[in-house]
Amino acid sequence: MRLIMNRLFIIFSTLAAVVGLFFLGWILYTLCAKGLAGLSLQVFTHDLIDGGLRNVIVGQLIMSGVATIIGIPVGMMAGIYLQEYGGNSKLTEFIRDLSDVMMSAPSIVVGTFVYAIIVIPTGHTSGWAGVLALFILMVPIIVRTTDDMLKLVPIELREAGMAIGASKYHVTMNIVIRYAREGIMTGILLAFARVVGETAPLLYTSGSSEFWSTDLTSTFPSLTVSIYNLATMPDEEMVQLGWTGAFLLTAMVLIINLIGRYANNKQRR
Amino acid sequence: MKNMMDVQDLTFTYSGAPAPSLQNISLPVEKNKVTALIGPSGCGKSTLLRAMNRIHDLYPGHQYDGVINLLDSDKKGYTDILTLKSEAEMIRLRQRVGMIFQKPTPFPMTIFENIAYGLRLSGVKKRAALQDVVEQSLHDAALWNEVKDRLNDDARGLSGGQQQRLCIARAIALKPEVILFDEPTSALDPISTLAIEEMISELREKYSICIVTHNMQQAARISDYTGFMYLGEMIEYGQTDNIFMKPSKKQTEDYISGRFG
Repeated sequence: MRLIMNRLFIIFSTLAAVVGLFFLGWILYTLCAKGLAGLSLQVFTHDLIDGGLRNVIVGQLIMSGVATIIGIPVGMMAGIYLQEYGGNSKLTEFIRDLSDVMMSAPSIVVGTFVYAIIVIPTGHTSGWAGVLALFILMVPIIVRTTDDMLKLVPIELREAGMAIGASKYHVTMNIVIRYAREGIMTGILLAFARVVGETAPLLYTSGSSEFWSTDLTSTFPSLTVSIYNLATMPDEEMVQLGWTGAFLLTAMVLIINLIGRYANNKQRR
Repeated sequence: MKNMMDVQDLTFTYSGAPAPSLQNISLPVEKNKVTALIGPSGCGKSTLLRAMNRIHDLYPGHQYDGVINLLDSDKKGYTDILTLKSEAEMIRLRQRVGMIFQKPTPFPMTIFENIAYGLRLSGVKKRAALQDVVEQSLHDAALWNEVKDRLNDDARGLSGGQQQRLCIARAIALKPEVILFDEPTSALDPISTLAIEEMISELREKYSICIVTHNMQQAARISDYTGFMYLGEMIEYGQTDNIFMKPSKKQTEDYISGRFG
């Protein structure tokens, strides 16, 4: 009986894995088949208005990049507070729980929130609104990564720093952070990969534009929102461009994730 | 001869603990001598050592009662280090009373920077001065010949014994007056242990040393004075030869003859 149960369990687990992998493979196959068909140099050299994706790719990267640049100091400082200064106080636990909740908050909720506080008062969608939405999604990830990575720093290292006459500030900045540097950088990279592919928070905030723009105060080109828009258009060529965009986005996220994972493995060894 | 440090009637309670971990401890640390603390696990010897540069204060809420006197730099009087409050005073204390830990703790920097870091914090800025002290400290820690060609490599690439000697170099670079060793060889192989023991014997010419050790032979080999601790109390203190040859207390005799511990 036990043997039969064991066999059955193995069979079901394998089946479940195969089903999951099957759909993943199917998605990737469809993306490649349909996306690669439209891939040409023109995609990278022309803006959306001229049948390319240049402006929306750059726009997506600018918004994610700015969100990351603002998110890194905020998230890291919060993480440092939690691990180095907060102790075991109620506030620390509260912030930690809050970032956990924020990490799993549906991104459309964040988008709607920013829509309510920025887009409605200003009367139009803008790059900054998109940046804010991505920033809100990103900060809790950086907070928890920093918190977790600093937890791995041996307590003896902090004591040794104190023992040669370093202040708490110097121990934290010069020794603890440096020890955890690779881990934190990997976390930030993965957080970037997470937000760079987001659509829902940008849908009502940055919107998307067919034209080249680096002005974050007005409606801003976004790759993900454009994919959503292109997919619903009647024009065959537009739909094809949407597929190409989806393929490029997947490739981009995949590559960033692989770099992050590679760096992570290298660090563990 | 004046004592370098003098612990008087120290009672220490960890934050949140119901009872004190050290009770009415007294211990002199004589100048240019090696004082060893022995005793079974949990007897409080590391706790006592960690009170002597107040590294306990990294975590708040611990309770000290009593006096720990440290000879002033001008050798004229004593300051009770338990009265120090500001971070600046603590930093000064730890520059004067260095500490080596059980596990080697190289900082995530180059070999050179590991030693230069503490000097920079204490205000040495000139590159040439830094280089001189780094080289001298590495010589004193018997590490120079092994690392002189790779001062810019990450210190974490050194072997355990080398890392521990680097930590000693790092401590002596600051020209402390007292060096506290907290079981410095218990994570090392016999050859590295021997190298460190020899170094401690030489260091006594310049520094006053207090060492906690699990290893009674080690205490017998390198120390001038020995304190035997048990259950948070100082049972017996005296010249190392006396403690090991003719201890006056029954508990000391039982411990050093291996009947418990």
